[in-house]
Amino acid sequence: MANGTIAVPHKAAEPDFYHVRTKHTGIWAWLLTTDHKRIGLMYLSAMTFFFLSAMTLGVLMRLEMLTPGETIMSAQTYNSFFTLHGVIMIFLFIIPGVPAVFGNFILPIQLGAKDVQFPKLNLLSWYLYMIGGILALFSLFIGTGIADTGWTFYAPYSIRTTTNVSISVFAAFILGFSSILTGLNFLTTIHRLRCPGMTWFRMPLFVWSIYATSWIQVLATPVIGITLLLVILERAFGIGVFDPTLGGDPLLFQHLFWIYSHPAVYIMILPAMGVVSEIIPTFSKKPIFGYVPIAISSLGIALVGYLVWGHHMFSSGISDTSRVIFSLLTFIVALPSGIKVFNWVATLYKGSIEVTAPMLFTLLFIFIFSIGGLTGLTLGALNTDLHLTDTYYVVAHFHYVMFGGMGLIFFASMHYWFPKMYGKMYNEKVAKVSAYWIAVGFNTLYFPMFIMGYLGMPRRYYDYLPEYQIWHVISTVGSWILVSGILIMVFNLVKGIRSGKPTTANPWGGTTLEWTVPSPPPLENFDVIPTVTTGPYDHTQMQKQLREQYKQQQKAEEEKN
Amino acid sequence: MRPSIINEVDLTFWIINGISILLLLLITVAMLYFVFKYSKKRNPVPENIEGNTTIEVIWTVVPIILVLYMFYISWGGFINMRDVPKDAMVVKVTGQMWKWTFEYDNQKKSDTLNLPHNKNVKFEIFSQDVLHSFYLPHFRVKEDAVPGAQNYFWIRTAELGTFYAACAEYCGLNHSFMYAPVNVIPEDQYEIWKNSVPADTTKKDSATVTPVTSADTTAGIKSDSLNSGAIKDSLKNETPASDIKKTDTLK
Repeated sequence: MANGTIAVPHKAAEPDFYHVRTKHTGIWAWLLTTDHKRIGLMYLSAMTFFFLSAMTLGVLMRLEMLTPGETIMSAQTYNSFFTLHGVIMIFLFIIPGVPAVFGNFILPIQLGAKDVQFPKLNLLSWYLYMIGGILALFSLFIGTGIADTGWTFYAPYSIRTTTNVSISVFAAFILGFSSILTGLNFLTTIHRLRCPGMTWFRMPLFVWSIYATSWIQVLATPVIGITLLLVILERAFGIGVFDPTLGGDPLLFQHLFWIYSHPAVYIMILPAMGVVSEIIPTFSKKPIFGYVPIAISSLGIALVGYLVWGHHMFSSGISDTSRVIFSLLTFIVALPSGIKVFNWVATLYKGSIEVTAPMLFTLLFIFIFSIGGLTGLTLGALNTDLHLTDTYYVVAHFHYVMFGGMGLIFFASMHYWFPKMYGKMYNEKVAKVSAYWIAVGFNTLYFPMFIMGYLGMPRRYYDYLPEYQIWHVISTVGSWILVSGILIMVFNLVKGIRSGKPTTANPWGGTTLEWTVPSPPPLENFDVIPTVTTGPYDHTQMQKQLREQYKQQQKAEEEKN
Repeated sequence: MRPSIINEVDLTFWIINGISILLLLLITVAMLYFVFKYSKKRNPVPENIEGNTTIEVIWTVVPIILVLYMFYISWGGFINMRDVPKDAMVVKVTGQMWKWTFEYDNQKKSDTLNLPHNKNVKFEIFSQDVLHSFYLPHFRVKEDAVPGAQNYFWIRTAELGTFYAACAEYCGLNHSFMYAPVNVIPEDQYEIWKNSVPADTTKKDSATVTPVTSADTTAGIKSDSLNSGAIKDSLKNETPASDIKKTDTLK
């Protein structure tokens, strides 16, 4: 065990937050809680359910793609499936994922706080999330059929289709509120509740990334809120904002949609980048390489991320001048992400690296996310984008960045903070096997899509020309590998929760504040609010210890000889 | 002679992806090497390195130069794509759920796109109902069909043969069946075809604006897949005999 750098100031007798006596008992202890840790875990259970549902839809879609023509479902079903898959994955998993679960559970502890600034608002956000999620699922079973517009709800098709678009859109509208309130809560918490000595540049990089994310959530989400509301009004009353037959402009919808949804991809990926900046120093036993550049690049991404929405519309007929400007800005926004990757790799240099399960997920992330990021360049480039946009190339790029980025890091976070959240440990060997398994499945599933896209296979196609079949077959086989890997991982984690070996406060030798409190933490995290005197990744104590150990070892060996 | 759009797109694609593959290799090899060389076993005592300004500057400036170069070459290709040659013939393309209609300068309409060999062709793109995207995979270019607006792009028909047009912007139930054959044929044959009767080969479509409901949708769908053979068959009835090459795929 590599811990011991930080003494644990807790009395052993204090009950953890699972066992502490609160006002409510049983299920109400969860449903009426204002404890950030319980709320984080409630998000986690809901999210696991939504993720597995949308994953099932994805697997069925891949199965449909096994042969041209009808394999297992009709075109209408397929169109509804990819809409629902997108809506659930984007709005219920990828956007809220890391902030809602790990932001809630870990961020206040990392700041040395007892809870978030507004605990009741935090619970309200969870309820809004649940109402939105249930509404989205509800639209399955009522009315005229599941929405079939794709998760982008492009007008005028979304105005015209008779399927249940209004309910799905309203669900996304409510989820937007949940997102805004969570962002607001974290912003206030980071500004107001940092413990003594926790200056801005002593905050862990995870906190920095949540900070940048929260600003996007608060400033950009209202735009999608009003846009989705306009879609509902347009459908109900024909007010003529987006429908060209009533004098509306369909491109206006795309502008408004992407003014939110492009910054939103940074809501999705920034927190994951923050987690990577936590995991790599811990398992390299040295500080992160370039703390300030990484922190600043988070803010840079958040800022420039607002100005590139037009690159989703290069083929929509926007002016040539605006296409050129959006393309240039798109290339610029690629830079901070690249700089982060370089810094992560450089952190490994001269470290003492232990490849545990969370570290393994993170290393696989660096490889897969780099592919995702680099293939984005041909989509930001003007002439190649006009060939590649709206093909499988985009689908592949998107899944490499989002699933390979946020998804893999969500898995890494699960393994990294698992001992903290449950006070137990999963089976390390099984976890590693599942990580490799997932990586193999992932690349088999999504890489052929790059090839298909370059060959000209458009996205959202129920049917395809026979020459693409070989790639579709490989991809579908990949989906089976990927899903079995994910299931192995989930079973391993569930088994760990039920019967894992008890663990210590700091099983990894982490240096941020969450590793100074017991696993699982007590109700108010800290008996005494800590005072911070160093940066977040100060490994000097441990390095000294390791050096001593090493010297003694060598001495012992010399004596032997 | 203008540079070929097809070649420019492919060249840009491979330059950018070539640089990307090098960067990916650099990142991956460095990562694996460090994980191996500085593993806990081989390097029990880590070194305390917090950063290095020179290196930060290098890996900020070099990528800036690289992406600006990528932007520059793609911009050049883009200018060529948008600047229609003056001698280009014009074909009006109209998308609707779920077919394409092509209208030529003599008001002849067709749902097959026949084009003369070695000509510059400008497409003026319209939509009757929802968004579509007129995509010619072989020619590496697409542009959305937006109701109430007009978009355009141009191609050069440098190669004789049969290609296809597809819809690349999701437009509802039969989105994936919205193919149209594209025949590039010798100019004399094209002229004969263009001036032949009937001038309007499209059937009068009463339901130009088709309401989509899940009830009526499943009925209209073709259960067999549309394959390249089907495209070939349909175009044989329409075009004069010409040496039609294998259905298009990218090389």
